[in-house]
Amino acid sequence: MTPFRLWVYLQATPLFWLTATLGAYLIADRIALAARRHPVVNPVAIAIALVGTLLALTGTGYQTYFNGAQFVHFLLGPATVALAVPLYRNLELVKRNLLPMAAALIVGALVAIVSALIVARALGAPRAVLVSLAPTAGTAGVAMAVSETLGGAPPLTAVLVIATGILGAIMVTPLMNALGIRDYAARGFAVGLASHGIGTARAFAVDPIAGVFAGIAMGLNAVVTPAIIPALLPWLAG
Amino acid sequence: MIRGFFLLLFFQLAGEVLARGVSLPAPGPVVGLALLVVAMALWRAWRPYDDEALAASELGRAADGLLRSLSLFFVPAGVGVVQYLGLLQAQGAALAAALIVSTFVTLLATVGVFLLVKRLIGLRSEV
Repeated sequence: MTPFRLWVYLQATPLFWLTATLGAYLIADRIALAARRHPVVNPVAIAIALVGTLLALTGTGYQTYFNGAQFVHFLLGPATVALAVPLYRNLELVKRNLLPMAAALIVGALVAIVSALIVARALGAPRAVLVSLAPTAGTAGVAMAVSETLGGAPPLTAVLVIATGILGAIMVTPLMNALGIRDYAARGFAVGLASHGIGTARAFAVDPIAGVFAGIAMGLNAVVTPAIIPALLPWLAG
Repeated sequence: MIRGFFLLLFFQLAGEVLARGVSLPAPGPVVGLALLVVAMALWRAWRPYDDEALAASELGRAADGLLRSLSLFFVPAGVGVVQYLGLLQAQGAALAAALIVSTFVTLLATVGVFLLVKRLIGLRSEV
């Protein structure tokens, strides 16, 4: 096989893009580690940029890429179930915080939707973009389903969900430190609610208790956001 | 390792079946998470185990391994941004402003309400 034909063959196999995804993540994680896990140096964002650049340089389409990367994507499901283990280990702490969690959940979910829509609408975003934007604090699967039902663009929603996750993961540590908030249950719950799994991943990197509460907030918001959006949209998206 | 991974997949599957079968408003994996918490509580009532035993169990190790790499699993979906570069250019400013402002105020509102209610009911902070 000539090198060119070998490349044509490899480029279309799941093996190549699966390897590339793991490799990009290892590089990104190494960079984050070298920056002493500084919040701005977010490993998800770096890995996405690396893979995106590689796709552009090789002229590879997203579908071809995803054929390989879907094996990594699939692990989001069992990883969500796996949150049950740290949650169960901290069940007493969780029970004691039920009331603060319930109140923060309702207020946080409302603020996430209303604030995003008010800003985007004021800047002239059309209705389809507003609908795609509304559910981004929820987890990707849920947000895409909501967007589809109400007339948004599900793939755009997926990208906005990831962006929301990265933004929250970047903002949370400096923001909470600046406010002098040391309660890691509260910090974790806030980032899990605002930034679902990517926020939860960041929370686990900072503190195990924060990780547990982030996971709970993510799970609860995956239920609350889809439930309240249909009632809010007629007011906020026109 | 296989047993731990089997349990996670099994509860995801059970969650998926329940979520779709009875049209629960929650996604399958989140229902699976809740089912697994209930199952661990029932298991403990039947055969007592402590936290260390849980952490050392196949389930504990599989869960820990997955959660350690949680960030990685978001990369494939995130790379999907390459398909929307055009739209992002057209609506980019409005979308960026909306996401930044919204994420910021959501973090503030959530942590604020959490701490306020905690203080109102007289709970001590966990540091």
